[in-house]
Amino acid sequence: MSEPLIELKDIYKIYHMGDEEVRANDGITLNIGKGEFVAIVGKSGSGKSTLMNIIGALDVPTSGSYHLGGEDVSDMTDDQLAAIRNKMIGFIFQQYNLLPKLNLLENVELPLLYAGVGREERRDRAMESLEKVGLKEKWRNMPNQLSGGQQQRVSIARALAGDPSLILADEPTGALDSRTSREVLDFLKQLNEEGNTIVMITHDNSIAVEAKRVVRIHDGKINFDGDVNDYAAII
Amino acid sequence: MLQSFKMAIKSILGNKMRSFLTMLGIIIGVAAVIILVSIVNGYMSTVMESFADMGVNQISVNVINLPSRSLDVDDTYEFYEEHTDLYDEMTPVVSISGVVKYGNDSLDATNIGGYSEDYLTIRDYKLESGRNISYSDIVSRQKVCVIGYYVAAELFGAAEDALEQTVKINGEAFKIVGVVERQDEDELEEGGSDDFVWIPYSSAVKLTRNGAVSSYIFTSISTDDTDECTGQLESFLYETFQNEDLYSVSANSEMLDSLNEQIGMMSAMLGGIAGISLLVAGVGVMNIMLVSVTERTREIGIRKALGAKRGVIMQQFVIEAAMTSSIGGVIGIVLGSVASVLVGKAMGIDSPPTFAAVVISFTVSVGIGLFFGYMPASRAAKLNPIDALRSE
Repeated sequence: MSEPLIELKDIYKIYHMGDEEVRANDGITLNIGKGEFVAIVGKSGSGKSTLMNIIGALDVPTSGSYHLGGEDVSDMTDDQLAAIRNKMIGFIFQQYNLLPKLNLLENVELPLLYAGVGREERRDRAMESLEKVGLKEKWRNMPNQLSGGQQQRVSIARALAGDPSLILADEPTGALDSRTSREVLDFLKQLNEEGNTIVMITHDNSIAVEAKRVVRIHDGKINFDGDVNDYAAII
Repeated sequence: MLQSFKMAIKSILGNKMRSFLTMLGIIIGVAAVIILVSIVNGYMSTVMESFADMGVNQISVNVINLPSRSLDVDDTYEFYEEHTDLYDEMTPVVSISGVVKYGNDSLDATNIGGYSEDYLTIRDYKLESGRNISYSDIVSRQKVCVIGYYVAAELFGAAEDALEQTVKINGEAFKIVGVVERQDEDELEEGGSDDFVWIPYSSAVKLTRNGAVSSYIFTSISTDDTDECTGQLESFLYETFQNEDLYSVSANSEMLDSLNEQIGMMSAMLGGIAGISLLVAGVGVMNIMLVSVTERTREIGIRKALGAKRGVIMQQFVIEAAMTSSIGGVIGIVLGSVASVLVGKAMGIDSPPTFAAVVISFTVSVGIGLFFGYMPASRAAKLNPIDALRSE
């Protein structure tokens, strides 16, 4: 395996709902190397979203350790997590999550803005990023003037703008029709071929098989971790 | 920072109606503060002016003369002449109730009084024609008089025509030697400020058949010395009467002081009420900011996921609140300034908005934005990005 980027060790995430204890992540150990394209698959309620939140540094585990690019993220403060997210992770969400009152360029600029990049450079890099997804000409448009597929491409551009170590895609095709889904998946594959590390969360096996490696979560535990071809064989 | 300002402007413009209603509270509050302060100030300076007309440096002395202990005019003059470093002018005051007659015309509301030759200066009046009562008139108890413009106009038609004429005061004939300039520009009325007859106090004493003078008016050279002047007078009077109940000394400036105090209290009270309306406006700002945070939970989640730290989110909302209220503040200042000039005109006083009121109310409105924006902003900053992203 290549140089590790994500190192999860004995991750537990426990919620208390009244008297009941919910183990959303029940001892997960997982390593993902640089340049991999991993699909994390599981039914709803399996704990895959909790895992995504932890990998995405949106949340910290109840116990266990998480190193992202060598840094221990497990017990960082709110602001430290924000800095890590900003520097290391590019998010692609199911609902695109573009800010409706900002134009495309401003949306793509956001991570750079929070990274403290100067105006000129911010603009150049965001434009470059928009060009990669083929929406450079539309930079003045507002998100609601675009189709779903285009909006998702903008969110990919936003994820790429900060040049992150990890692209974390949460059900990236969940809101798209099959044709635009295809486009987005092909684009992710292309990004992976260019050397980007991609972790994609999905409940859909037909999407999961587009990755190179599949990790399946069931009841908060990993019950499959292997090559996509092996996974394809068992479904 | 610049970005936060841009976003704040966008957000305010994006919700014009709501932003305006939020501002309305601030606008009304600030305008109220400015109007009240300006009106009170304008009123105060009007009152001050009329006090200045009355003579702020005047000190009135009233005594009750007993057969055993009484204050003689000569003694008072002696005291006055010993202290000319403190006192500017002095006159005995002898009020006469009576009727002024010329031929068949008679005036019965006219203020008739006996004074010294200083009285014209004390009142700060000027003569229209003729001469003032002189020292020799007083010494020789001349039956001469100086009359007000109303008396001259009423009895003789014109000031010049009154000179050298004779009027009867309670049956005694007095020759008119001078007419005082018209005081009330608006109207000449019976019992008004132009309806008076002055005679030498010595003649007045004789006329009233009352041996002693019971009132005096002193003027101090400087109003700063008022306390010393009244103190001196009091100790002088105590020497004569040996009883504090038999005399009183009151300075006009004391009345001015107490009036100032009252006006100060009034303006503090009105300011307080206006201040409460600003406070209520602040709560309105807070309320709207809380709504805005709730509405924009998802936006905050996205921003946080992309790496916005708490401080950045905080700054965005605080700036928005401060901006909303300072825009409201500026509008309030403009409206308040215009309104205070108009209201002042309607009330017949000059009440320009004071610089201090403008500065203070602007500062307060920005402060309100910062203060009441803080709570919603910190709530926004502390939002968990996961929960925030999940919200619709």
